[in-house]
Amino acid sequence: MSGFPILSVMLAVPLVAALACLFSGAAAARTIALAATLIDLVLGAALWAQYDIGGAQWQFQENVALFQGFAWKLGIDGIALMLIMLSVFLMPICILASQSIEKRVSEYMAAFLLMETLMIGVFAAQDLLLFYIFFEAGLIPMYLIIGIWGGAERIYASYKFFLYTLLGSVLMLIAMLWMINEAGTTDIPTLMAYDFPADAQKWLWLAFFASFAVKMPMWPVHTWLPDAHVQAPTAGSVILAGVLLKMGGYGFIRFSLPMFPQASADFAWLVFALSMVAVVYTSLVALVQQDMKKLIAYSSVAHMAIVTVGLFAFNVQGLEGSMVVMLSHGLVSGALFLCVGVIYDRLHTREIDRYGGLSINMPKYALLFMLFTMASVGLPGTSGFVGEFLALTGIYKMSSWVALVAGSGIILGAGYMLYLYRRVAFGEQKNADAAAMPDLSVREWLMLAPIAAVVLWMGVYPESFLAPMRADIAALDARLASARPEGDARLTAGDPTTAKTHEAQSHETSAHGGAH
Amino acid sequence: MDWLQSLRLAAPELLFTIAGLAILLVSAWANGKTAARLANWAVVAVLAAGAALTAPVLFSGAKGPETLAFGGLFAADAFAAAAKLLIYAAAGASLLVAPAFFERFRAMRAEYPVLVLFAVLGMSMMVSATNLLTLYIGLELNSLAAYVLAAFLKTDDRSAEAGLKYFVLGSLASGILLFGMSLTYGFTGTTDFAGIAAAFKDGLPAGAAFALVFVLAGLAFKISAVPFHMWTPDVYEGAPTPVTTFFASAPKVAALALTMIVTLKAFGTQAPAWQPIVIFAALASVFWGALGAIGQTNIKRLLAYSSINNVGFLLIGLATATPAGASAMLIYLAIYVAMTIGGFVAVLMLKDSDGNPVENIADFAGLSRERKVLAASLAVVMFSLAGIPPLLGFWGKLVVFQAAVQAGMFWVAVLGVLGSVVGAFYYLKVVKVMYFDEPAGKALGKSDWVHQAILALCVLFLSPLGYLVVKCLTALSDLAVAALMTAA
Repeated sequence: MSGFPILSVMLAVPLVAALACLFSGAAAARTIALAATLIDLVLGAALWAQYDIGGAQWQFQENVALFQGFAWKLGIDGIALMLIMLSVFLMPICILASQSIEKRVSEYMAAFLLMETLMIGVFAAQDLLLFYIFFEAGLIPMYLIIGIWGGAERIYASYKFFLYTLLGSVLMLIAMLWMINEAGTTDIPTLMAYDFPADAQKWLWLAFFASFAVKMPMWPVHTWLPDAHVQAPTAGSVILAGVLLKMGGYGFIRFSLPMFPQASADFAWLVFALSMVAVVYTSLVALVQQDMKKLIAYSSVAHMAIVTVGLFAFNVQGLEGSMVVMLSHGLVSGALFLCVGVIYDRLHTREIDRYGGLSINMPKYALLFMLFTMASVGLPGTSGFVGEFLALTGIYKMSSWVALVAGSGIILGAGYMLYLYRRVAFGEQKNADAAAMPDLSVREWLMLAPIAAVVLWMGVYPESFLAPMRADIAALDARLASARPEGDARLTAGDPTTAKTHEAQSHETSAHGGAH
Repeated sequence: MDWLQSLRLAAPELLFTIAGLAILLVSAWANGKTAARLANWAVVAVLAAGAALTAPVLFSGAKGPETLAFGGLFAADAFAAAAKLLIYAAAGASLLVAPAFFERFRAMRAEYPVLVLFAVLGMSMMVSATNLLTLYIGLELNSLAAYVLAAFLKTDDRSAEAGLKYFVLGSLASGILLFGMSLTYGFTGTTDFAGIAAAFKDGLPAGAAFALVFVLAGLAFKISAVPFHMWTPDVYEGAPTPVTTFFASAPKVAALALTMIVTLKAFGTQAPAWQPIVIFAALASVFWGALGAIGQTNIKRLLAYSSINNVGFLLIGLATATPAGASAMLIYLAIYVAMTIGGFVAVLMLKDSDGNPVENIADFAGLSRERKVLAASLAVVMFSLAGIPPLLGFWGKLVVFQAAVQAGMFWVAVLGVLGSVVGAFYYLKVVKVMYFDEPAGKALGKSDWVHQAILALCVLFLSPLGYLVVKCLTALSDLAVAALMTAA
């Protein structure tokens, strides 16, 4: 480890820029925000480049003891690295997407930069209380972003978002205090290896679940999400879907699973039940939406449900798959919200019926929109396929019924996404104003093209993203091994030698038969 | 020699007495605005001197018999010093913001600082009390000054009403307290706290339980804990805002410190007897304070309910009856004082273009665009009161809940945090009005630098920068609590 506190710098850059934005005019604030997020992106790239795959579990550690029971302790493993990369990658795009914001620009940029600091902080914190502070502090800027720059029902949405998430989190706080009291430390890596008594684990797990389920969001506490999304500005939606939702999944993988493995196994049925309902129910709800953003918001809930079933599959495929779904969903749903934003900026409506036949007057837009739609559906070659395939494989080993129901989500997903795409991009151009919209501008290209590139990269060569996480997921898998419930699939590995002869035989038959 | 020692220990109180009388005497001849302003500054200087005398006691962690003065009637230990410093700071702040307010009504008179000084003197004696009689004298000295202060704006009906209400209900509370004290004396034959603790060492007679209930009821009145909170919203709304600032901060600290002394010292050996009462009062205050605030349209009434809510959280710390809980209370108190002063100073700064105070929450609409810094400061105070990290209000709640969890009072902590979520709703409402609504163009008036400086100090303390002093705050609270809990 070099002595350079790169994580602290990554936290400080947006924070300082946020303060600078508050005291500068609109144009300057836009520039400062873009510059700060780009600096963080560069720092993030450096972080990834220097990350030693196969090295120590926790890297780039910083530790300054502040006062009794509280330390400025940072450090990342591969899982955190990937999520930090997702955050710093999406932020400059969000700032670009916010060019259409005209109202109170400097405060807007400040709120976004503050969000960036807090998001990185959540993923980098290694002190339990520090984590909680970052985790909760995000409420304030997000409340302001939804409430000030949101749409018509913004005030209702902002209250709902704030109070739902706060209610979930305070229970977690009490659980954290109990854990600190029991284990005598606030150090997250130590707590991850600490064996809490089995009966206490249950209560602790439920308290953490209350918080993460709301953040995730899982059915039936997902109702804040469609409201918040629809009312948030485009960039707000991107951050909400892209990174904030990942805090729930990160919470499960960092806290619930390793700290309470037994309780996680005991309550896996609960997670499965809620997730199965979510997959089917929210997919069906998405199918009948008239509002594009609402549709994508509901699809987020369905995708997140696949993440949760994958996480609680208790095996490597499930965990890896869930991580990739999270990364992929962050990119894809972010990109879809940007796509909605592109046409919303032109026509100022999100109603699907007001569009139609956009592939005629906006062919480039239609192409990119198509790519992201396919990625959301899970077409092989895109990031969505990799994650969903792995997650479903993982859950199949655990329970074939859950895999069946969760798998139906893929079909339903294809249904509502393709239906959306057809109504927006294909068909006749029934609205003159929609038909007159110009194609993508340079700025919009700059926003969407990098995401498209990464989506394809992750789809074609996921190894780049899986490699840093492999050791950490293996460690988590080993930690979970003792509590792993027995699956109903009873898969047995085939004997390689017989497989070979079988292969040889089939080669022969195919050579003979000619058509295989 | 012994007298000299006693006088030295009571030096701040003696200073206040002499200075108060002298300023009163001088101001009887020197009338007018300038004289009143001078008296105000003089009292602030006296308070600063008192703080300078008190601070070393806290830093040295003084405790034990050598802190006792006047034959054991008065203790100048580290705990009293901690409470006193908070009281002096709060009183000083509420003096500094007063002239600008009262001069508008042509009501700035030298009596105001003198009354505050006498109230502070009373509070100083309260927190130094080691005997029921010292306690009562201090309490009454404080209360008498406070009744007059509530009615200080003679021309305003609301102020007069507040004074009368405060007087009637306060006297009732004093009576209840006195009754409880007399019962305690009857059962123990002593008014000394250490003596009471020793007498109840082997158990609490059934009759003495009544004594305990009456004493706690009287104290609950003074700290405005549910179910004895009814006077608070009316008095806070009616009293002139600088006086409300004072009421919500200094006497709260004094009464809570007193409650800690009485419960942890005098009845310290009988914690299981009063813990259920305190838990009930704590949770009832948390929830009633939160629910009652929701319908309020006046910011002062809202802050009154907020203070009831905060007292609930403080009492959760007390309910643990552990040193950790007491220390958490002191940390919370320090943060609470900053939040309260910050909140009320921000309210004082809200004036329309003619300089009239703006108290209606709906009139704050769009404040974030008309007075950016003020709105941001008030938002910091509100989020801090709601206990949202990274603001310091979160830390106060955290230490209290931590103490509760450590003491095994898991369900109390859970109910407490649920109450804090309910409370978050109305704090959010204020932020919503300021930030989300269209400007109403009401609160446009400018404010002077004293208000700005005090508000800036409070906001800086509540901002994440405040975490830098948490270490020192924790150490001092632990020193103070060590003096309180071992002396018993």
